[in-house]
Amino acid sequence: MVTFMLNGKQSTFDGDPETPLLWVIRDFEKLTGTKYGCGVAQCGACTVHLDGMPRRSCITPVAMIDGSDVVTIEGLSGKEAEAVQAAWNGLDVPQCGYCQSGQIMSAVALLQMVPSPTDDDIDGAMTGNICRCATYHRIRAAIHDAAKSMEG
Amino acid sequence: MTLHDIAPTRRAFLAGAGLVIGVAIAPRFVAAAPTGVAAGGPGELKAMNAFVKIGTDDTVTVLCKHIEFGQGPFTGLATLVAEELDADWGQMRAVHSPTDNKIYANLAFGLQGTGGSSSIANAYEQMRKAGATARAMLVAAAAEEWNVPAQEITVEKGRIRHAASGKESGFGAFADKAAKQAAPADPKLKDPKDFVLIGTDLPKLDTRGKTDGTAIFTLDIVPDGLLTAVVAHPRHFGAVVKSFDDTDARKVRGVVDVKQVPQGVAVIADNTFSALKGRDALKIKWDLSKAETRSSAELAAEYVRHFDKPGLEAAKTGDVDAAFRQQGLETVEAQIVFPFLAHAPMEPLDAVFIKAADGSVDIYNGAQFPGFDQQVAAKILSLDETKVRVNTQLAGGSFGRKAQFGSPYMQEAASVYAASGGDRPLKHMWTREDDIQGGFYRPMYAHKMRGAIDAGGRITAWEQVIVGQSIMAKADLDQTSVEGASNLPYQIPNLKVTSHNITLPIPPLWWRSVGHTHTGFAVETFVDELLTRVGRDPVEGRLALLDKTSRHAGVLRKAAEMSDWGASIEEGRARGVAVVESFGSFVAQVAEISVGADGAPRVHKVWCAVDCGVAVNPNIIKAQMEGGIGYGLGAVLFDAVTLGKGGKIMQSNFHDYRSIRINEMPEVAVEIIRSKEKPTGVGEPGVPPIGPAVANAWRKLTGAPVRQLPIVSVVSS
Repeated sequence: MVTFMLNGKQSTFDGDPETPLLWVIRDFEKLTGTKYGCGVAQCGACTVHLDGMPRRSCITPVAMIDGSDVVTIEGLSGKEAEAVQAAWNGLDVPQCGYCQSGQIMSAVALLQMVPSPTDDDIDGAMTGNICRCATYHRIRAAIHDAAKSMEG
Repeated sequence: MTLHDIAPTRRAFLAGAGLVIGVAIAPRFVAAAPTGVAAGGPGELKAMNAFVKIGTDDTVTVLCKHIEFGQGPFTGLATLVAEELDADWGQMRAVHSPTDNKIYANLAFGLQGTGGSSSIANAYEQMRKAGATARAMLVAAAAEEWNVPAQEITVEKGRIRHAASGKESGFGAFADKAAKQAAPADPKLKDPKDFVLIGTDLPKLDTRGKTDGTAIFTLDIVPDGLLTAVVAHPRHFGAVVKSFDDTDARKVRGVVDVKQVPQGVAVIADNTFSALKGRDALKIKWDLSKAETRSSAELAAEYVRHFDKPGLEAAKTGDVDAAFRQQGLETVEAQIVFPFLAHAPMEPLDAVFIKAADGSVDIYNGAQFPGFDQQVAAKILSLDETKVRVNTQLAGGSFGRKAQFGSPYMQEAASVYAASGGDRPLKHMWTREDDIQGGFYRPMYAHKMRGAIDAGGRITAWEQVIVGQSIMAKADLDQTSVEGASNLPYQIPNLKVTSHNITLPIPPLWWRSVGHTHTGFAVETFVDELLTRVGRDPVEGRLALLDKTSRHAGVLRKAAEMSDWGASIEEGRARGVAVVESFGSFVAQVAEISVGADGAPRVHKVWCAVDCGVAVNPNIIKAQMEGGIGYGLGAVLFDAVTLGKGGKIMQSNFHDYRSIRINEMPEVAVEIIRSKEKPTGVGEPGVPPIGPAVANAWRKLTGAPVRQLPIVSVVSS
């Protein structure tokens, strides 16, 4: 039995301990904002915050997160989250939208650590998130916009 | 894509009031209501016609006949309706229409489907008429209710007014009454000079749900009691199951059943991880007797052997053979080999099946040709087509992958559902590995180019031979193999383009911009080489070969102006240019590059000019150019699906089938040519020019022409 906090509520899982957190969140908790894209931590669509840090849930066995705090796109809150989501909406960043939960989770984690990121900081934090629609140009602009809006 | 083989039909029928639309009601056990089912606004909705519903709460819901997978039809088609309806943008909603090959036909295809960058082009007048019809019905209802002449009523930003009496209302109050009005046979459309919404950057209707995790894709449909199934596929094309041992797979906790299907061996489980673990535990022997066992290198060697054989004639002007026999010519030759490319949409293929109490079945999937999916599933499930409802869902990309004649993906998914017995809801999904190794690739092609330059420095002859699979499975000329080459825009007196169709067990498919993915590269790199030989500037030299008033010339001049072409640039950098027309839209791009740390091109900035006729939503057009540039650039730099020795597929996931990432994405500037021409598409046309623009810059920078793709396969250490 694994016990963890999911978006502020206590959650338990007593299935196969090898089950990746991604499938626990999606299949058992029915929180579907976190996406499957590759299963091998190559695309970042499954990014969640684990104890405040971005984490690829597709390669994280649920057994490893006992006692941890997990936040998904559905549970995102705080000034960085609001700034990022507002900037994403303002620039109409998403195209197909499938990767965007992961992009936003990575971007929020970046701004929590680096409030005014440089382009290199953005590359460093966001390179693990693939967008096949290649909305990267707007993702970068939206992160800068979000950072600026938080300064005010 | 260009669906050459589908006869276009007369304009689809614009249904009037009273039409009953078969919008399914979400089964109670669907936890997350699928988007195709929850119909727009929260209030009671009244159908004005097949495309427009007005809610008692004033919402206007557009039933979008095209799938939304990022290219923007929800917003685009809703804009067309809203413009003629004089609605306020804030009241607009969009959902996928039900499946109906007649009512919801793509007017360019004659059946329901999305592709060929045709959504706005085919629906431009139809959706405006749908909006104008609904407006006329609302006005008629108000006139009746207020007892005033209809022609004295005005509509603006969602408000219906009668100035003389001071009466005013929103749409919702008249929704019911309007739905009962007779639809005007031929509603008057606005003069484009009176447009207030078309041509503006309206915010996209689907953005919010895609930033807070609430947008529902097929994979996100998780009804109670759901089974999840994956299929073990062969690593060789054309291989079939010889035998299998499922002893260990059945021991995996959560595995419910293992069934052989025509495409492989299906593992059906209570949850996704159990299905994946069960699949890993299968022991399968494959029969390779009919499989492709040649490697990509062996296939390429076979392809080039066709170059000197007589081919299928695609274009012939003047006399190329005679032109090449002239004395004193300089002859330039190039051979280019293009690899197989996977589409790799972020959401791999998937579908959910739910049986209703009456035995009919709802299918939820990212249906690009929903009518084909319905036909195929009905046949496999032994149901009448009317008992199978295909509910189109938002899809995590496609790039052509989900548009398939005969719906081979649906054949697999429906076969698995049938094998499961069908009593529990079932989700069939592909993993990334299934996707990369699943075939239906942009085919491999080989091009041979030959050009002649006379003593006066004029390009007098152009010969091009194209060898590859026919996407349309044709024995004779396939236009999708030669488009962009057979209609060469450059005025060269002697032109000959031929093609050879190759048959392989590797299924081919269109990939974002279809034939232009390779013809655009071959034509635009070769013309650039010829211009270098004759000492002409790439922009000025192209313009000299183009009709001065052409839209090709227009975008080329604009991209040159945007980039300040010819200005001095940073040391160690070079610029290349390319211009390609595809799907009726014209795009020119200038790319500025340097040699990156890995020895491959590093693309710093791209200037892009596009002429797609009337620009319905400039912001979406720009986004499609940006995305098309990134998608095309990633493929040209990094991507190939290759067959190794013995025909085994060598790539499996994003570590070896790379996607462009944010640190590799250039800065992009886009300008749209102001035009009164009919609108044409933008989903694909941003893709073709980027590859040749980068390759041309690379040749300028390093002296080396790009003769094989991806570029990293020949340049990086």
